[in-house]
Amino acid sequence: MDIIVCLKQVPGTTQVKIDPQTNTLVRQGIKNITNPFDTYALEAAIRLKEQYGGKVTAISMGPPQADEMLREAISLGADEAILLSDRAFAGADTLATSYTLARAITKIEKYDLIICGRQTIDGDTGQVGPELAEMLSLPFVAYVSKIEEINNGQMRVQRMIEEGYEVIEAPLPAVISVVKEINVPRLPSLRGITRAKSAVIPAWGAKELDADQDRVGLAGSATRVIKIFFPQRGKRAEILQGSPQSQVASLVTKLRENGLI
Amino acid sequence: MEYFLSEQQKTIRSLARKIAEERILPVRAELDEKEEFPWAIIRDLAASDMFRVFIPEEYDGLGGGCLDLCLVVEELSRVCSSVAISYAAVDLGIIPLLEYGTEEQKRKYLPDVAAGKRLAAFAITEPMAGSDASAIRTTAERVKGGYLLNGTKQFITNGGEAELYTVIALTDKTRGARGASALLVEKDTPGFSFGKKERKLGIRASSTRELIFQNCFVPEENIIGREGMGFIVTMRLFDKSRPGIGAQAVGLAQGALEAATDYARERVQFGHPIFSLQAVQHMLADMVIQVEAARALVYATARTVDSGAKDVSGESAMAKVFASDMAMKVTTDAVQILGGAGYMRDYPVEKMMRDAKITQIYEGTNQILRNVIAIELRKRKGRRD
Repeated sequence: MDIIVCLKQVPGTTQVKIDPQTNTLVRQGIKNITNPFDTYALEAAIRLKEQYGGKVTAISMGPPQADEMLREAISLGADEAILLSDRAFAGADTLATSYTLARAITKIEKYDLIICGRQTIDGDTGQVGPELAEMLSLPFVAYVSKIEEINNGQMRVQRMIEEGYEVIEAPLPAVISVVKEINVPRLPSLRGITRAKSAVIPAWGAKELDADQDRVGLAGSATRVIKIFFPQRGKRAEILQGSPQSQVASLVTKLRENGLI
Repeated sequence: MEYFLSEQQKTIRSLARKIAEERILPVRAELDEKEEFPWAIIRDLAASDMFRVFIPEEYDGLGGGCLDLCLVVEELSRVCSSVAISYAAVDLGIIPLLEYGTEEQKRKYLPDVAAGKRLAAFAITEPMAGSDASAIRTTAERVKGGYLLNGTKQFITNGGEAELYTVIALTDKTRGARGASALLVEKDTPGFSFGKKERKLGIRASSTRELIFQNCFVPEENIIGREGMGFIVTMRLFDKSRPGIGAQAVGLAQGALEAATDYARERVQFGHPIFSLQAVQHMLADMVIQVEAARALVYATARTVDSGAKDVSGESAMAKVFASDMAMKVTTDAVQILGGAGYMRDYPVEKMMRDAKITQIYEGTNQILRNVIAIELRKRKGRRD
């Protein structure tokens, strides 16, 4: 069972600054962390490896400092890691990112399952998983909360929906995105950290990926960010106090007073 | 302060801190309240290779020494001393094996201890034998193929939870202290049961229990060293383990210092944070001086142990005494700085103060250890090397 996990390094804060020129995130001076949702993806992959054997490969598209995150992935139990890094990849939206990841996965060749986090905490789009599946022409299941079993080239998973969950079977290879309910990620081990320190993490650029220059980075992006801003806090907001009964009563009164009901 | 730790030691320290902050901090008050042995955390420590730290590489360990152990204990104790001592007691339980065990014994037990699959414990104290360890009454009578253990051990850390016990018992009642031997006893051996679990002032999540031996047969291959070596084994053990108690005390005091500093910066009285009051500043300054001085002594002692120095009784005793007396003072002052809030269980410092008390008592009371220090002083005529 060979598993590929897609990771992204994100700013470890919710107070991100936006570059007014490029409308992209300002990363300088902010401690980076592994996107929290991706840590569940990595843990899910490591547990599958422990159960079924095989290999876990962590990949990430990002600047050279993402190497540090990939080493952390190895310290947690990933067998190998590959960094996708090239100036040409800069400014990528989800489409260009998915294309780049898909090129890498195609180059890796041997895989049974690709696991992503449900979304990142910086971009928050949740698009890379499904786009990746589309580009690789693989089945995709989003919001997986449990991997029930893997058998005879089939997987059976639970996926979270509004009211409960669905059980889905799909042939492998496939792409899934996971939610935080799937597991509690482990902490690194001392032996893992030692292994991570000496691990060789190759960096693949556009050339190694044999990528179409027009489909990576800013050039390959179908979207442009025009503006990013924090929503204005509503000045007329009011928080109702008291017991649930009295809150409902005063809410109804206020809605009536304002002619809303 | 620069302590010239190796890369490996820095890694160990930062991972231990991460475990303490992410896994122990959220549950420490609950563990204390419920007096519940922290099994989930023990498993996290095992998965992170923390039990490998103090075990030689040939038995699946990482080959660290006393200082490496102290770094882990200090970081765990900074957040919760119950967890720290449950961890350190494993080291206590296997030091005799490491020092005097046969290759066969080590191969049999150490890999499982390194993996955290088996916890260990050490048992010498009895109802009638505390500081006067030579007064033990538990006997190990020679029978065909082994020994029959009879007697009761008291206040045994990790009792009931550990799988492997190093027990000191008399193989020859006529020879007093020279008639004691160290035996490895596995949990679930017929005739070995557990008595009451103690309800304690502090370190409440750790397990402290009686061990009861009733015609408990222990095979002869489980003796550590030779018959009659029980007290030599014990003295050597404590010389190596006491810096660990010092580290527990330093961690506790560090935690209390941080809590008191944070509180003093935020608590406003008379229109200013109480940190601006010189009375409070001087208390905190004294606290940080004491903590750092104790840390320096504990680390230096641990390094002396790791250097292979033959006689470290005096040094080990000094590190334990100074650090534990310091922890009692610093945690008490932390409660004082937090005032009424500090006395409440909503804040961690009352627990730290309760936890600190035991460090002055176990692994040799500070009074007994001052005797040890004085004996060494007399031997060396007050000179230093």
